[in-house]
Amino acid sequence: MDELLLRSLTPGVLGILVRRGAGFAAAEDAVQDALVEAVRVWPDDPPRDPKGWLVTAAWRKFLDATRADTARRRREDLVDDEPAPGPVPASDDTLQLYFLCAHPSLTPSSAVALTLRAVGGLTTRQIAQAYLVPEATMAQRISRAKRTVSGVRFDQPGDVATVLRVLYLVFNEGYSGDVDLAAEAIRLTRQVAAAIDHPEVAGLLALMLLHHARRNARTAPDGSLVPLAEQDRSRWNTTMIAEGVEILQAALARDRLGEFQAQAAVAALHADAPAAAETDWVQIVEWYDELIKLTGSPVARLNRAVAVGEADGPRAGLAALAALDDSLPRHTAVSAYLTERDGDLPKAARLYAEAARQAPNLAERDHLTRQAARLNSRL
Amino acid sequence: MAKFLLLKHYRGAPAAVNDVSMDKWTPEEISAHMQYMQDFADRLEKTGEYVDGQALAPEGMFVRYDGEGRPPVTDGPFAETKDLIAGWMIIDVDSQDRAVELAGELSAAPGAGGRPIHEWLELRPFLTELPTISE
Repeated sequence: MDELLLRSLTPGVLGILVRRGAGFAAAEDAVQDALVEAVRVWPDDPPRDPKGWLVTAAWRKFLDATRADTARRRREDLVDDEPAPGPVPASDDTLQLYFLCAHPSLTPSSAVALTLRAVGGLTTRQIAQAYLVPEATMAQRISRAKRTVSGVRFDQPGDVATVLRVLYLVFNEGYSGDVDLAAEAIRLTRQVAAAIDHPEVAGLLALMLLHHARRNARTAPDGSLVPLAEQDRSRWNTTMIAEGVEILQAALARDRLGEFQAQAAVAALHADAPAAAETDWVQIVEWYDELIKLTGSPVARLNRAVAVGEADGPRAGLAALAALDDSLPRHTAVSAYLTERDGDLPKAARLYAEAARQAPNLAERDHLTRQAARLNSRL
Repeated sequence: MAKFLLLKHYRGAPAAVNDVSMDKWTPEEISAHMQYMQDFADRLEKTGEYVDGQALAPEGMFVRYDGEGRPPVTDGPFAETKDLIAGWMIIDVDSQDRAVELAGELSAAPGAGGRPIHEWLELRPFLTELPTISE
């Protein structure tokens, strides 16, 4: 039994049932029942058209569950023990499912959970493990999300941006249980990219590939953080980088710039440099300017200050930083870095220590504490 | 999504507004308090925001390594001046605002006279694993 095949077919089957008017929760139950049936029947009698088989079986399970007339159901079961493959519509219902799972009425955490469950085909247990919460908690989160979208009309075009936001959240999740959420996000984004011809979908896919390609080099064997400039570039996945760059170039050529394309462009410039010192910081500053125009994001302004510091020297970077709100996350860390490069080591050490206290995660805190210790031991 | 620890103190937090020690409450008031906490936890389980929670005994001790081959040093039950944690709850919520909202609700548990305690709860964000994108 090909579990991956079943997992890849599930969202499409679920989408068709929901499109035909089944409620989300009822449709999911019916699909689960059909999958159980498939596991039982297929090894001895593999279907010619697995998806059609599943649609027919799931639709019948759904009708079974909603029909009150048990006698008729039993009679029909006798007549029709094996479902014949039914026609499968050519339109991609999976995409509709993405829109439903990312619906704006859901909180981000609910949208993420529902997406992983319904279009990712992950079990509730796998999702709970990935997010380090009890399975009961995740089950409640998912069932609440299903109730929230149960009244949502399914025939309206969804907003691509919300789908991309949810996929980006999944990708940017640092935890990992037995499921690699970053790889899962890439798999799902590939599906969306195959279904929607949109430069920002391509931009997000490129961004994910370019970041994922550097993952092995990003942490040392002891789990500590390795800054971009110190990473062993031979450990970057060049195949993945090449694919990301190719996807990005095709997207940029269409001249409809969006924030994911701009971010991917920055990532591509880093990936493209044979050594950290050869990074094209001038062009990176230009891309951050584009990103700020598109989003006004304070984080982009902060990153721009870092890039300016590299392109035009630490003084210029500190000047760019001075114009920003110092309560921004990582503001102090950037200030520490630029101050060190400017040569004021005592002040930089103090700033690193302060940045460590504000760090949002363990790896960054340890990294910044080490930076402070390194400078203090030289003073 | 972010996890937060709600810490309830026996001692060490600023004084509650309705600051009457629990042994001076009526049994009914204590039951109402416990019920409120239980209902709160049940509700968070249903919203998918509950991770874990436990009450802690007041009799803790500090323990310290005392060198190779020696038993660890303990300083026995906490001295009067020390901070004491009465219990904790971990929640997993969409934002810090939501965490503050929930902590505020928990702080309103009924105390003496059936009025809210207005006790101070300590709210601490978890340091998370490294997100994928951090460069």
